[in-house]
Amino acid sequence: MEKYFIYLSVVLTIIIFLPLYRVLMGPTLFDRILGAGAIATKTMVLILVIGLVFNRLDMFIDITMAYAVLNFIGTIAIAKYLDTRGYKKE
Amino acid sequence: MEFQYVLAGILVSLGAFFLLIGSVGLIRLPDFFTRIHATGKADTLGIMLIIFGLLIIELSKGLLINSAKLLVIIAFVALTNPTATNALAKAAFRFRMVPWFKKDKEKKIKEKKKEEKE
Repeated sequence: MEKYFIYLSVVLTIIIFLPLYRVLMGPTLFDRILGAGAIATKTMVLILVIGLVFNRLDMFIDITMAYAVLNFIGTIAIAKYLDTRGYKKE
Repeated sequence: MEFQYVLAGILVSLGAFFLLIGSVGLIRLPDFFTRIHATGKADTLGIMLIIFGLLIIELSKGLLINSAKLLVIIAFVALTNPTATNALAKAAFRFRMVPWFKKDKEKKIKEKKKEEKE
């Protein structure tokens, strides 16, 4: 079973590299933010799987919770900032 | 192999499949408003399935505190991931970003055909 989770972490690492294309080449600013958020949410799962492989899940769960809160707050802050800046008067 | 490990393996594999679909959609779809579908729905479901599989393994080991924390993470992801994508979509709409229509694709195809004829 441990071997299966090691293979799973390798597959997840390959999956994380796909949204990186959208972050680097994205046509607009919002595409880059969306790609960064997608990478962060997938990294949460990767941290949990690595914790299960190391048999120290009790420590890695706390790291994951902090990471989830940071990701959410960061995305909301950028969205709100662009929301107030992007208005044009008619 | 015990029963709960097989169940957890199936759930985790399904979750990884959904994460892969979300990533491919983020690359392949034509517009920002369509790309939001990929990360807003497929990613949330995939993460919830994978963490649910880990929760079954922790429950079979008898670690109740860890499984309760994993449940908290599932609830948090289910609440916050769609909220973040919704806020981004609202900001993009107020930014006067033009959504993608099927007409655009047909126009491009017609222009290409014209160029080829000329």
